[in-house]
Amino acid sequence: MLIQIKNLTKTYQRHDGAINAVDNLSLEIPKGSFVTITGASGSGKTTLLLILGGLLRPTTGKLFYAGKEVNLQNEKEMASFRSNHVGFVMQSFALVPYLTALQNIMIALNVKNKNKAENQQRAMELLKWVGLDDRTTHYPKELSAGQQQRVAIARSLANNPDLLLADEPTGNLDPGLSEEILAILNEINQKQGTTVVMVTHSPTAAAYGNLKIQLKNGKLIQHNPTQTIFNEKLLIN
Amino acid sequence: MRLTELTLKELWLRKSQLISGLLAITLGIGVIVGIRSFSVVSEKAVAVNLDNLGANILVLPQSSSVDNYYAADIDASTFPEDYVERLVTSTIPGVDNISPKLTRRVKVGNENIVLTGILPKSEIASKPIWQQAGLVGEALTASCAPTGPKKYADAKLQRTGIDTLANNDCFVGSGIASRLNLKEGSNLTIMEKEFAVAKLLPETGTVDDDRVFANLHTVQALLGTGEQISAIEIMGCCSEISDGLLGKLRNVLPDTRITTIGQIVSTQIENNKLMSKISLVFLIIIVFVGGISIGNYIWANVNERRKEIGILRMIGYHKQHIYYILVLKALLMGFVGGIAGYILGTLAAMWLGPQFSGIAVSPLYILLPASVIISVFISVTGSLIPAYMAGKIEPFSNMQED
Repeated sequence: MLIQIKNLTKTYQRHDGAINAVDNLSLEIPKGSFVTITGASGSGKTTLLLILGGLLRPTTGKLFYAGKEVNLQNEKEMASFRSNHVGFVMQSFALVPYLTALQNIMIALNVKNKNKAENQQRAMELLKWVGLDDRTTHYPKELSAGQQQRVAIARSLANNPDLLLADEPTGNLDPGLSEEILAILNEINQKQGTTVVMVTHSPTAAAYGNLKIQLKNGKLIQHNPTQTIFNEKLLIN
Repeated sequence: MRLTELTLKELWLRKSQLISGLLAITLGIGVIVGIRSFSVVSEKAVAVNLDNLGANILVLPQSSSVDNYYAADIDASTFPEDYVERLVTSTIPGVDNISPKLTRRVKVGNENIVLTGILPKSEIASKPIWQQAGLVGEALTASCAPTGPKKYADAKLQRTGIDTLANNDCFVGSGIASRLNLKEGSNLTIMEKEFAVAKLLPETGTVDDDRVFANLHTVQALLGTGEQISAIEIMGCCSEISDGLLGKLRNVLPDTRITTIGQIVSTQIENNKLMSKISLVFLIIIVFVGGISIGNYIWANVNERRKEIGILRMIGYHKQHIYYILVLKALLMGFVGGIAGYILGTLAAMWLGPQFSGIAVSPLYILLPASVIISVFISVTGSLIPAYMAGKIEPFSNMQED
């Protein structure tokens, strides 16, 4: 099992009272699976994804990675967890605007490896893999939305993560480009064995998953029985 | 791509912000360097003048200021040259050498110079440094000097001088000579009158380096002042000064201001001390204003870069890396601000010193490292709180749809 979460709750304090974005959630994600998380707006999808990636501290609950508990209250451990094990692909691409495509990938590689020549070579390989080896010196604003997302995917793979988290990766793309990005994510899952967890509103995108999670008000609800469940590993409280 | 490169790239990207952020620290350091350069050179010049000025009593128009020795006679109002005759005929004991002068600022081409009319023999006698330039002549001796072929403990009591300075001749200070590329024998045209450069004077570090000395009567005619002068330098015998020489001189010239060089120099020293205190006050102000200014700039920069900081945190950078980026930025700004402030302050002192106080200011290189250290300290200190706050930005900030 790659990821296991137990009794996870994330509570936000609002002026009109507390709200549980994720409510006492427990589940397991097997290594090599392609998980899609769906649900209405405000159902807690992104909050769950951020916690899985060590980007957000839960109010209560535990996260286990490869059987080992991740200390979610320790800033350094969370940062190391992110740089060593997790890659992120975001709806807004999350590229540094004043860095070129190549530099955006190299800055991620630099977290773990300070060798500039090695990082440059690895970044070039990744850009070639996503079909952008002729766009290395282009800045994000000089790239199309689909190209920017491909750079973001290349960056997410920079440090060979076991887990790739994608938050609405096709949300800003037209259907043609969406298919392109989803195909790349699928290839990452199928050929490299990387576990992919993707938050999406799109039924087309959700269809790529072999394990589907549906949330409502921060809780797991019964998954859609018409969809094929590749591997039933959900532990519903 | 390393964090240092990322910092440099971001700095270069936002040049206008960088310049506005640097302005406060540059101006602040510039003011301190300017004041300090001026006061240090002024202190040195006082020492040089104490050693080299032969005359020890100065007669000035009643309305003149003695706040600044070097410029006391420049642009002062005038009094009749007859006053010299009054002194000569007064038979006051202890007045051994009298040197009348008329001084005005004039332009030669684009250069501002100080034109001083002198009666050469007495002027030379009161300026021993000229004698080092080979302007030798008849010995002039104060009445209270010991007699006989011996070396005197007080060099001011024995001088040498020259008898004449031709109407068309002039002596040129080293600063002017350098700027106008003048040599002995060159011609120099002042207010449409042509002078021959009879001698280049050695550097003194005072306004004399920017002076051109010509015959008093030629200068009077040139300036159209008639038989007027702006100062009389007197070599007074030391023992007579303590016996009330100044009071006797005031009786002879009641509508003038008579002071000893010691008084003027002590005023100058007080002014220098005041400037040192002012520079300290400025330093304290700059520490606060510069620190707040840089802090404000870094804080605005942090807010502008929340998304970017979130991205860096997302891909695995720690809080310490974010501190590094922002403090490095402040450090670079402090470094550049320190150098820019030093250059600005030095240039301002070099330009304004001769204009306002008649002091030729040269760069004080020792102030460069001091400027950089102070500037970097202010800058880095100002950035600490914004950097700490930036470290608190959550890694998922602005990660979702814009």
